Amino acid sequence: MELDFVLSREEKGPAGKTELIYDLAIIGGGPAGMTAAVYAARKRIKTLLISNDLGGQVLWTTEVENYMGYQYIEGTQLMNKFKEQVRQFPIDQEIGEEIEKLDKEEKFFSLLTRTGKKFRAKTVIIASGKRSRPLNVPGEKRLIGRGVSYCSICDAPFFEGKEVAVIGGGNSAFEAALDLVKIASGIYLIDIASSWKADPILVEQIEKEKKKVTFFPAHRIKEIEGKDKLEGITIENLSRKETKHLPVQGVFIEIGLIPNSEFVRSLVKLNQIGEIIIDCSNQTNIPGLFAAGDVSSVPEKQIIIAAGEGAKATLTAHQYLIRLK
Amino acid sequence: MALLKDEVQNEVKERFKKLSGSVRLVNFTQKIECHHCEDTRRLIEEIASFSPKISSEVYDFVIDKEKAQQYKIDKIPAVVVEGGKDYGIRFFGIPGGYEFNSLVSSIIDVSRGTADLSPESKDKIGKINKPLHIQVFVTLTCPYCPGAVQMAHKLALESEYIISDMVESAEFPHLTNKYGVMGVPKVIINEKFGFEGALPESSFIDAIMKASR
Repeated sequence: MELDFVLSREEKGPAGKTELIYDLAIIGGGPAGMTAAVYAARKRIKTLLISNDLGGQVLWTTEVENYMGYQYIEGTQLMNKFKEQVRQFPIDQEIGEEIEKLDKEEKFFSLLTRTGKKFRAKTVIIASGKRSRPLNVPGEKRLIGRGVSYCSICDAPFFEGKEVAVIGGGNSAFEAALDLVKIASGIYLIDIASSWKADPILVEQIEKEKKKVTFFPAHRIKEIEGKDKLEGITIENLSRKETKHLPVQGVFIEIGLIPNSEFVRSLVKLNQIGEIIIDCSNQTNIPGLFAAGDVSSVPEKQIIIAAGEGAKATLTAHQYLIRLK
Repeated sequence: MALLKDEVQNEVKERFKKLSGSVRLVNFTQKIECHHCEDTRRLIEEIASFSPKISSEVYDFVIDKEKAQQYKIDKIPAVVVEGGKDYGIRFFGIPGGYEFNSLVSSIIDVSRGTADLSPESKDKIGKINKPLHIQVFVTLTCPYCPGAVQMAHKLALESEYIISDMVESAEFPHLTNKYGVMGVPKVIINEKFGFEGALPESSFIDAIMKASR
């Protein structure tokens, strides 16, 4: 493997004091949050960007082939370009921070971070994205980092010559399987659905690896076994109810995502799957509170859609701020 | 040929313009260079050429035994990032891939002589009065890992009791076996207590404090 040296963009610290009241606080630094920030800066809106990282889920995406303007770009490269564009503007940033609580006081929103920092803002755009969904089966939580993984690019090197299972039937599961096929001795691809949701182009690539990959569609995971270390999994055929034990040493869980909306659960209306409900102008049921990208109820989660939604949310927030004056 | 691409070189040089205090990169290798030993040495020498504030020293792990003992280096390739003194910041295995970020950030922090941690965090670390050894296991393809490495290195910078090692998993399989590392980042404190994942600053420090008791 060719040795690479990755240098991420530098993040700018906040210049503001805690008493400062921002016109707009953007929670989340993925494609939606960063686009919202650039639009806000161009409208000369006093903005604070708070996020755990800059780049969000795209940072864990190896290849992006459907963001217009780039036929092919790595996820981190694309996010570096986003960051570069954000850096052109004097936007206050709090990176490495997560929001613990968001409340609406009389006139302002109050934000509290996990580390105890407090901020106030006239409007807020929530663009906090989604995170990996757990299976919620016995043994899963206990064996995280002991064979159970949610990041195939991070942890694949530990499974050289070993048998592993990939759970899920969507693009991320197939991409994980493609990462692992070069390393593991055998892969079991297991999904609850009876047909694969992944793009046909990925399914075709994996089907070429038939010698190494065994498919178990329409199976569920009953249990993940092992004391201090993963020793195997038990799967069950959904129609015949037969169980089968697979002696794998790694389990990569790629069954989609859940929205990062816990911190506003008591403030704003969420839909059944926990997404923040918005209208077509990104407004939530709370005046001055907007949402954009994967955390919102917008249909379809794509980088290009999230970016567009971020722009739209800022433009709506801008209109709202004008009326406020 | 240079290890770093032109664009990366330029960006690093730009960031190093802000360096204030001098930084020394102490590298341990051996005559017949191990896997990644040569690349690590070349990387260190290349980086040292980017700024007059940075110097590099290369030692042979076997011949310069005393130096290795002085820095408590027990495996190679190793890089110590030190400033006015040895803060306890170490990289074992090549700081390539995503870990290149950790190397650059540790140079900037050491040059400044202080880490950008919150006053509460510094307060807590100040209470540590026993030696603490933090090892952060990484892979070079792990985007979450530099967060954990940089946090551990900042703690080492702030406390004279803390030694912080980045450990590249592929280079030291005997250590990943010993500590049962199967996912990264994995943080091991004082050879026994450990946790998985990159934690935010306050939780990371709480975990360290718990282990230091």
